[in-house]
Amino acid sequence: MSIRLYVSRDAGAVAVGADEVALALEQAAARRGVAVEIVRTGSRGMYWLEPLVEVATPQGRIAFGPVTETDVPSLLDALANNTPHLLRLGATDEIPWLKRQTRLTFARCGVIDPRSLDDYRAHGGYKGFERALSLGPDAILNEVTASGLRGRGGAGFPTGIKWKTVAQAKADRKFIVCNADEGDSGTFADRMIMEGDPFLVIEGMTIAGITVGATKGYIYIRSEYPHAVEAMNAAIVAARRSGYLGTNIGGSKQAFDLEVRVGAGAYVCGEETSLLESLEGRRGIVRAKPPLPAHHGLFGKPTVINNVLSFAAIPFILAEGAKAYADFGMGRSRGTMPIQLAGNIRYSGLFETAFGVTLGELVDDIGGGTFTGRPVRAVQVGGPLGAYFPRALFDTPFDYEAFAARDGLIGHGGIVVFDDSVDMRRQARFAMEFCAIESCGKCTPCRIGSTRGVETIEKIINGERVAENLALVEDLCNTMKFGSLCALGGFTPYPVLSALKHFREDFAPVPTTLQAAE
Amino acid sequence: MTTVYDWDEARGAEIIAEHAGKEGATLVILHALQEAFGYVPEAAIPMVAKALNQSRAEVHGVFTFYHDFRHKPAGRHVLKLCRAEACQAAGGDALAARAEAKLGVSLGNTTADDRVTLEPIYCLGLCATAPSAMLDGRLVGRLDQKRLDALVAEAQR
Repeated sequence: MSIRLYVSRDAGAVAVGADEVALALEQAAARRGVAVEIVRTGSRGMYWLEPLVEVATPQGRIAFGPVTETDVPSLLDALANNTPHLLRLGATDEIPWLKRQTRLTFARCGVIDPRSLDDYRAHGGYKGFERALSLGPDAILNEVTASGLRGRGGAGFPTGIKWKTVAQAKADRKFIVCNADEGDSGTFADRMIMEGDPFLVIEGMTIAGITVGATKGYIYIRSEYPHAVEAMNAAIVAARRSGYLGTNIGGSKQAFDLEVRVGAGAYVCGEETSLLESLEGRRGIVRAKPPLPAHHGLFGKPTVINNVLSFAAIPFILAEGAKAYADFGMGRSRGTMPIQLAGNIRYSGLFETAFGVTLGELVDDIGGGTFTGRPVRAVQVGGPLGAYFPRALFDTPFDYEAFAARDGLIGHGGIVVFDDSVDMRRQARFAMEFCAIESCGKCTPCRIGSTRGVETIEKIINGERVAENLALVEDLCNTMKFGSLCALGGFTPYPVLSALKHFREDFAPVPTTLQAAE
Repeated sequence: MTTVYDWDEARGAEIIAEHAGKEGATLVILHALQEAFGYVPEAAIPMVAKALNQSRAEVHGVFTFYHDFRHKPAGRHVLKLCRAEACQAAGGDALAARAEAKLGVSLGNTTADDRVTLEPIYCLGLCATAPSAMLDGRLVGRLDQKRLDALVAEAQR
């Protein structure tokens, strides 16, 4: 009898040795004459347990982790003799960290073989697409609108309204563009879904195509994600071969096809108009809005441009109905959010849950505090353009409006935890420095302001006229916030001002006169 | 290891012709050229411009806008250290300083013997296994001093 094992091929798992473990399992099993089948899945998102090895049993999958190459012989012994093992975690689905999640978008990630369209279909894949085909564009729009889905890239714009605008636009060609330029530090959900469940993205984009009458889509993936590029390209080929892309998709009269385009290391290209410029083969310079991409997007044509997670939420909404999705969440934030726990955190990974969970629950309870064991001091939510929150704000619920009310943002759902060794002056300086490196240069507040910001914060760090320079930084931040063309310059003030507001003690002048007496 | 080939005009023309028919082909072509030669040779810029019916300045502008494109070959090995916030929170600052000291170059530079190019990268998306690095396309997470030292030694070989 052959043993079926599951080892992740996710880049995060590979980076900590999943390939070596899979190879060692294969070789050790061969030496023992044991037949094993190793399925390379996506990641379950429990990164502190990677490389995670799961074994199929009649009672479901049993997990072991984190497994190293040296654990392989004892692991095979335990499997062969059905004896206990130090790394045995029990049934994967019963692991509390996984069990308390609500996985709508990530339901299949880590479970299926991302290269197998059959596996995808066997786990409910393309059900949403089939229902969408039978519903037709107007009814799909109603479903998407009623689900309350808002853009998961960070801006939180209602997806139904965006799609409707494009559907109503008259043009000879329309486009669907997937923004997979996931540049925010602390975020990796797009990468995980592209590597672990790529057909989901294809299905979501295809439904968008049917809805608005577009026949061509592009997935713009950042070059830092070679594994995701490979996975998406392989999935596109498989979908085309099975008639899910191309002409007469799914046996209908509709045509839709996809192409992957790779970015070239520019953070600003995650901004939608800059991304469109880049796709057109130009410098990623931000466009002024209006006109909106929905009217005047890629190659000047009406374009739906959404984040990976927005498209990935669509198949569930169509398959299970808008209400099933909208029943989760709070206020105007409906459904679930794949939250990413990162940085100095013990239980790091992907935690998909309904909106409304508090920041404190996420960091202390679910995340288990820091892995250094030191107290949590600051948490940056929403990437490099997100605010730093202190413990005092840990009661903030994960919700677009609740974070905005406290001068923060949830962005793409990344949470980066820092312990008490963090120097918030350096973090504030880095926010400005990053903006200076990545600014596209089109508008002055961002292009010049960020460089002046770095210089001024450096003066504060050096103790030069601290009070005046702090006032200057605050004034500069206001100029950038209200005068920049896009979110890069416009949101860089969030980390800076939040650091100043909540961690003021770090910006006090260095007490040079208070040195210890001899 | 980074593979660098001498500029070959015929091969360059072939690569450009292969992709020139695509809509918005500039980045696609620049990526293909860099993959073939290890960098984008200056002689290729006017050829790309001609194929796409653009000015040389336009193509040069695109080439210089993006961090990925190189105007000269990198070192034999390229070590990229993630320098974004999640890796900073996990001790990345000290590791970056250590790599700089070991290699004797600051981030963004190549060692004098052309063996190693050390570069910052702003997020490999391995934020849950931080700090992270990439050596010639191979990902490494949960970096600590020992793992970093091994990576640096491997790069110097």
